[in-house]
Amino acid sequence: MSQLLEVSGVSVSFDGFKAINNLSFSIGPAEMRAIIGPNGAGKTTFMDIVTGKTKPDEGSVLWGDMSKNLIGMNEAKIARIGIGRKFQRPTVFEDQSVFENLLMAVKNDRSPWSVLFFKPKFKDLAKVEALASEIGLSDQLERKSGELSHGQKQWLEIGMLLAQDPQLLLVDEPAAGMTLGEREHTTDILKEAAKTRAVVVVEHDMDFVRRLECKVTVLHEGSVLAEGSLDHVTQNKDVIDVYLGR
Amino acid sequence: MDFLKKYPSLPAFIATLLIFTLAVTFLSEAYGTGAISTSFVKTLGKTLCLALVAISMDLVWGYTGILSLGHFAFFGLGGYMIGMWLMFARTKLIVVESMAAADIPATALEIKDAVGTQIFGVVGSSDFPLVWMFAHSFWAQIALVVLVPGLLALVFGWLAFRSRVTGVYLSILTQAMTLALSLYLFQNDSGLRGNNGLSGLQNLPGLDAVSQDAVSIWFFWASAFALLVTYLIANFVVSGKFGSVIRGIRDDEARVRFLGYSVEGFKLFVFVLTAIIAGIGGALYYPQAGIINPAEIAPIASIYLAVWVAIGGRGRIYGAVIGAGVVSLVSTYFTGGQAPNINLGFYTIKWVDWWQVLLGLSFVLVTLFAPKGIGGLFDLISGRLSPDRKGAPLGPDQGSLREEEAEQ
Repeated sequence: MSQLLEVSGVSVSFDGFKAINNLSFSIGPAEMRAIIGPNGAGKTTFMDIVTGKTKPDEGSVLWGDMSKNLIGMNEAKIARIGIGRKFQRPTVFEDQSVFENLLMAVKNDRSPWSVLFFKPKFKDLAKVEALASEIGLSDQLERKSGELSHGQKQWLEIGMLLAQDPQLLLVDEPAAGMTLGEREHTTDILKEAAKTRAVVVVEHDMDFVRRLECKVTVLHEGSVLAEGSLDHVTQNKDVIDVYLGR
Repeated sequence: MDFLKKYPSLPAFIATLLIFTLAVTFLSEAYGTGAISTSFVKTLGKTLCLALVAISMDLVWGYTGILSLGHFAFFGLGGYMIGMWLMFARTKLIVVESMAAADIPATALEIKDAVGTQIFGVVGSSDFPLVWMFAHSFWAQIALVVLVPGLLALVFGWLAFRSRVTGVYLSILTQAMTLALSLYLFQNDSGLRGNNGLSGLQNLPGLDAVSQDAVSIWFFWASAFALLVTYLIANFVVSGKFGSVIRGIRDDEARVRFLGYSVEGFKLFVFVLTAIIAGIGGALYYPQAGIINPAEIAPIASIYLAVWVAIGGRGRIYGAVIGAGVVSLVSTYFTGGQAPNINLGFYTIKWVDWWQVLLGLSFVLVTLFAPKGIGGLFDLISGRLSPDRKGAPLGPDQGSLREEEAEQ
């Protein structure tokens, strides 16, 4: 079966420092994947490359059945073809209500003219309602998102990601700063999403990764060190040396 | 009712503008008691145009977070475009009239040459430069009022936004644009009469019989109407999803990009729209001022524009209107020599000199202590509060809304 995203032989260096070194990675259309690795392993840079924020020095990033090359496309275009990204720090539009945040993210024509004359249709409102209940913010729709708690902001951002209806979700440390109960809810949302689309989760917390019950890719110094089930990689000697052993 | 909920300040604004317009009309020399002099009617009409361009500044700065310090260039260009027709048409009427007395009827070419000598004699020329190509046609020049500022904004904005120039660098670039334009126009061979500018614009061609008393009121009405339409357009633009997107760009443009919106496209859209609004404002302003010259689009003019919006309260459209109105009227009072000098014994404060110091000081004080500006006074009445964010602004970007400016 063909892969949704195929990253092959990608390298990028910043001022001589090789952040990503001949990295290859691929993920199928409905798959959950966790990426772990020590600080500086290149996890965030990897996401930057896929979403168009950073241009790699070499290598290719191919997308979908048509194997479209993503390198050289701008961030907005990559987002429109179906790659959604959640940042490490929750970034929502704090001066706007939860409703406005979600409505802005709901998949619709993004050109200035059609946005200017946009009137929310019933299906848009229904989608906002459905997402709000999925992320547990149904009764907070009118609140400014800046007032939400840290965990609620993280969920709102995941909700905005889902509203874009992407085929691939890149999620950077979704559980950071969450309580245990919030973490469980986050796991449920991500698992649900992975039934219909590809989800890549970057995470430090091993317990959280274990709960995702998915294939794990270990990055180290910009390339893949090991790949497989969590139990498999945690028994890998290299992984123990560079990551778990410390 | 839904409509009023969406635009809460609209009825109050329309009512205020209507009452103001009627009051001025019934106190004017042409249609009323004459309590307000014609020159003051013109000042008020000009103030309405400045409020109009302040709205465009608020859209581009207060809502989209682009601190453009070049919007007066578009204002001035609008004025130049209408000024060309006014000057050409009126000069032609005068020339034709004086030539009609001659024995042999003048040919079209002779008339054209005579008009050219009249207009360009002051810069030592008599030929019409290429830019005056459409000056004979009222409708063509009206179209240029919109097209010239719009195209300049389109080209400038496309280059600047595509390179992702933001923040203070963009402000400097816009200053450079307006400075370059004004220096170019200062040249005698720019084709727009150099530092003489275009003059006599208060005289409408073919309406010599109508006194300035009446003309001033007509322009006042036109300015009030244009302000109203601009206000409605601005409210429409900022209220819906478009408003959400541009406020998102103001607070965190990278996030908007990752949502799939073309940030550059939206910035360009707002930049061009506001340039066009500014151009229309200029086209209404300069016939009331009577004269336009390159000094009008000096960099300082655009900085004043930002000061008005800041003092009025950015990020709210009526704030921009209030800021432009109050500051420019107070400025007229102080610089017009009406304010009494203050004699301190050892030094006399002459307001003509000290007004700018006062303005600068109030700008600093407003920025530091009352970021909501004069518009914030309405929050005191309506009981709107700012969020308690311990000083944190609402987004990572430079232009983002500050805690004090936001609504809880």
